[in-house]
Amino acid sequence: MPAMLRTLAQKMGLIAHSFSGGIHPEMHKLSDDKAIETVKLASMLILPMKQHIGTPCSALVSVGDHVLRGQKIAKSEGYLSVPVHASTSGRVLKIEESPIAHPSGMGMPSVFIEADGDDQSDHSLAAIPDWQNTDPTLLRERARMCGLAGLGGAAFPTFIKLVQDKRFPIETVILNGIECEPYLTNDHRLMVEKASEILDGMAIIMHMVGTTSGIIAIEDNKADAATAMRDALSSKEGMDDVQVHVLPTRYPQGSEKQLIYSLTGHEVPAGKLPMHIGVLCQNVGTCKALHDAVILGQPLTERIVTLSGDALPQPANLNVRLGTPIRSLFERQGLVDFNGIQIVHGGPMMGERLRHPDIPVIKSTSGILALGQQAIAAAHSAEDPCIRCGHCSEVCPASLVPNLLADFCRSDQTEKAESYQLFDCIECGCCSYVCPSNIPLVHYFRYGKGQVSMQRREQSFAEASRHRSEGRDVRLQRELDEKAARRSRVRRTHAPKAEATPDSVTAAPAAATTADKTASSAEKTVAVDQTSPEEKK
Amino acid sequence: MPLIMLSSPHAHGGDSIRMMMLTVVLALLPATAVSVYLFGWLAVFLIVSCMLSALLTEAVCLKLMKRPLSTLLDNSAALTGLFLALTLPATTPWWMAVLGSVFAIVLGKQVYGGLGHNIFNPALSARVILLISFPLSMTTWIMPMSSLAPALNLYDFSLCATLFFSGTDAFLATSQLTLDAISMASPLGHIKTEATLGVPVADALNAYHYSYLDAFLGFEAGSIGETSALALLIGGIFLLARHSITWHIPFAYIGTVLLLAAVFNQFAPAQFATPMFHLFAGGLILCAFFMATDPVSSPVTPMGQIVFGIGCGLLTWSIRSFGGYPEGAMFSVLLMNCAVPLIDHYFRPRVYGHAANANKAES
Amino acid sequence: MTGLLYALASLGLFALCAGIVLAIAQKIFHIEGDPMIDNIDNLLPQTQCGQCGYPGCKPYATAVASGEADVNHCVPGGERTMLQIADLMGVEAKDVEEEASAPMLAFVREDECIGCTLCIKACPVDAIIGAPKQYHTVIVDHCTGCTLCVEPCPVDCIDMLVKPELIEHWAWPLPDTKRSQLGHERREQHAGHA
Repeated sequence: MPAMLRTLAQKMGLIAHSFSGGIHPEMHKLSDDKAIETVKLASMLILPMKQHIGTPCSALVSVGDHVLRGQKIAKSEGYLSVPVHASTSGRVLKIEESPIAHPSGMGMPSVFIEADGDDQSDHSLAAIPDWQNTDPTLLRERARMCGLAGLGGAAFPTFIKLVQDKRFPIETVILNGIECEPYLTNDHRLMVEKASEILDGMAIIMHMVGTTSGIIAIEDNKADAATAMRDALSSKEGMDDVQVHVLPTRYPQGSEKQLIYSLTGHEVPAGKLPMHIGVLCQNVGTCKALHDAVILGQPLTERIVTLSGDALPQPANLNVRLGTPIRSLFERQGLVDFNGIQIVHGGPMMGERLRHPDIPVIKSTSGILALGQQAIAAAHSAEDPCIRCGHCSEVCPASLVPNLLADFCRSDQTEKAESYQLFDCIECGCCSYVCPSNIPLVHYFRYGKGQVSMQRREQSFAEASRHRSEGRDVRLQRELDEKAARRSRVRRTHAPKAEATPDSVTAAPAAATTADKTASSAEKTVAVDQTSPEEKK
Repeated sequence: MPLIMLSSPHAHGGDSIRMMMLTVVLALLPATAVSVYLFGWLAVFLIVSCMLSALLTEAVCLKLMKRPLSTLLDNSAALTGLFLALTLPATTPWWMAVLGSVFAIVLGKQVYGGLGHNIFNPALSARVILLISFPLSMTTWIMPMSSLAPALNLYDFSLCATLFFSGTDAFLATSQLTLDAISMASPLGHIKTEATLGVPVADALNAYHYSYLDAFLGFEAGSIGETSALALLIGGIFLLARHSITWHIPFAYIGTVLLLAAVFNQFAPAQFATPMFHLFAGGLILCAFFMATDPVSSPVTPMGQIVFGIGCGLLTWSIRSFGGYPEGAMFSVLLMNCAVPLIDHYFRPRVYGHAANANKAES
Repeated sequence: MTGLLYALASLGLFALCAGIVLAIAQKIFHIEGDPMIDNIDNLLPQTQCGQCGYPGCKPYATAVASGEADVNHCVPGGERTMLQIADLMGVEAKDVEEEASAPMLAFVREDECIGCTLCIKACPVDAIIGAPKQYHTVIVDHCTGCTLCVEPCPVDCIDMLVKPELIEHWAWPLPDTKRSQLGHERREQHAGHA
């Protein structure tokens, strides 16, 4: 009933819009009052060649090279990619596969940098203090060159979104300070401590996409962040059209599509981007990084990481260089023995469980959690049969029917699953969270998505192979025909009694199947050709 | 369990099947208490024997199917037993109650593959099997203790034990009472009989000394658990508050019955009963809040649940008004259970970012 | 007696009408060629490896469509392809005799290659490039791993390597819970008996 009244009120414009579904998990914001601390430089930094969504980079340096902080050490391959920079000065020790935060446990080629302790910076990039009068395309190139990727957790290359398209003008820039995942507080602390820098970054974005209106979205469990942002906003010029919206806390409010609906009442159509409805959404951390890239001329080499979890003695918010091994951060916060502890990269709702702590901090590392075995076991206890209670449909922010969808995925009915919009699942984990039968619904969806993409890949590979194979058959046939034609010409000139002509014509198709072997030898024996190709060989 | 390949989320809200079932049992407590007040030891015997035999049958089934006996702890079998008991007339003999429980567990649930796989509500299907197999016993209603002059003292343990364990006929033979002396018709049954004789509804109810207040509180003849609208409503509100059920099914169900009754009563009051009468009579409230909302056999999507509720309401009112049986709530829920997969397929919610008719275009 | 005649006459007339309609439909909806061959060909993995005993995927599809070959000869397609074809043809499923190996890639050891072009001619999908007296090399993205190029090479400089697993192509396995395992086993049993 309340849901219906709410929808009705929203339709009549009485109260603000709000995305459907969602849950209220225990927030465990253990570190929300811990100021950001800067971590001492680690002696060895590991920089994977891919820290974003998209194509991996290829290394530009070789073993033994001396690099400076901010120096580009890997160049992007393809459009959907951003370069990687050295995060301190030092020597390249080796370039080899190293484990990354990926569920498969597979590695990624990584550059190992042995820090020399001087931490010298590369000053080749000039600062652009006068960004207001700079061409947006130059700023966009700057964002790409500095390796900016969404720091909210998805690490989507930032520059791709920062574009002025006449067909889809951006009307509103949304600054995402929601941080709805439990435990994580890095965006919260950043807003409290670096409000001014964040707003500068936002102003640059608004300049780049050519709009003046913006919304800063913050959940109501971060009142101090909202105050800090409001204070900073009042002292900024040219940002009168920017408002701070405080939204009621609900997970997954920070998900881009859900947030856009909550703020504007418009949905991002399936298969489209927020820019198609005139909205651009950026994380607060990304705005801070853009400020650094443009106004200070610094590439992305550090980020704020929340260290938390019920098994961590001292939760904290740390300013960490990219590439710092997670183990050293845990040691700093008093966790040395990893027995009976599960490490999660990201928040508990969408993060990946890591197999061991020897993994570096990358651009998408918003937090690292140390959870007790018990907490993990409670979330992954034995699966009971589905009793169709429908709680999963109620909480699904994409309005899917998770229990039916999971059945289709489990039984490999991929077509059916796709018709139930499997690919609109954002893997937020609400369904698994509420399921009384402990069904790992998200896991089934991931399995289903993997199967579908595998099938698609195989299908397109088979299609291409068929194409080439058919093309080859046609080519061979044509070569044979040409040869036969030549042969008959030769025969006509040398032996005018042309009774062999019909024979050679029928011989051509017969030879087609084995032609590849005989194609070259056939030429030489044209004049005496009456025996079968096989015998000749 | 092996912690090798675990997908997010790494947090859980703590809901479990066991707690959900327990919540429903708690919600049924008021109705159970009223049934014991109205039908004394007979109600106690019925409830205990149904629950015990349901648990025992479940245990045997689990053993035969080589499944862990710990599944018993999910409380679903106990709940099925309680549900069945509450839908039975007070005079049901012990063997009929046990037979019903065995039907409910074996034919209603386990043959489909156990909890979560049954198409029909197990308790209701057993109740309907009993109704069809023993039509007389299942429509004989004893006078409750609240009636002006109860023929039997149902708080008398030995009397109730005789009635329960030796059956009605044996009891009547020894006590020299007639069936008519201790039983009375249910309001729904009464107006159905009178309607065949051409008596208008209002007159029939006057002759019955029908009062809305009595019906609301439960002081009337009927199955032991379905008489008190008040007790059932308290349980239903508890379920709604605990978020065990959503409002869609009960409101759509009851709303449809009320609407139909109101419209037809307006035009032909002699032939059709008033909406209030329909609301308090028979098993409507029990079915709407507890039976139709059984998660396993009802649709999962909000839209589907509304359609399901409307269908139940339509069938219930039609059977009551035109059918051969006086009460149609159970049949209507079972009939709509069949349609659940279809409803689930066609009434999916609109997915975020998709046009409203995307589902239909593909199906 | 007349009733019988009427019945016979009316039924006969009806049959005649139906026959005419069918004949017209046959003319209108006539399809050139056998769609079944293409449908089966679409299900095959197109490795063109010849392990089925036919010179390529299309010939095998033709043979299956005509009933000449069984549905279970495609080794790289494995059980899934067999089930799909059996489903399409409406025939009984059969076990695939050979277990498919892991996906392979051909690799030319270039310092040993003499540039004879024999492998280029053998490759059914034109995945090897090179010219006479020049090193040859395999286009990794095009190679189907059919092994047809290995045998013709006079200096044995072609190796079949296991296709490296890419992190982008990694897919989640089924959850490791008892229930999902049970479901999977049952499904496989079912598929086996189907």
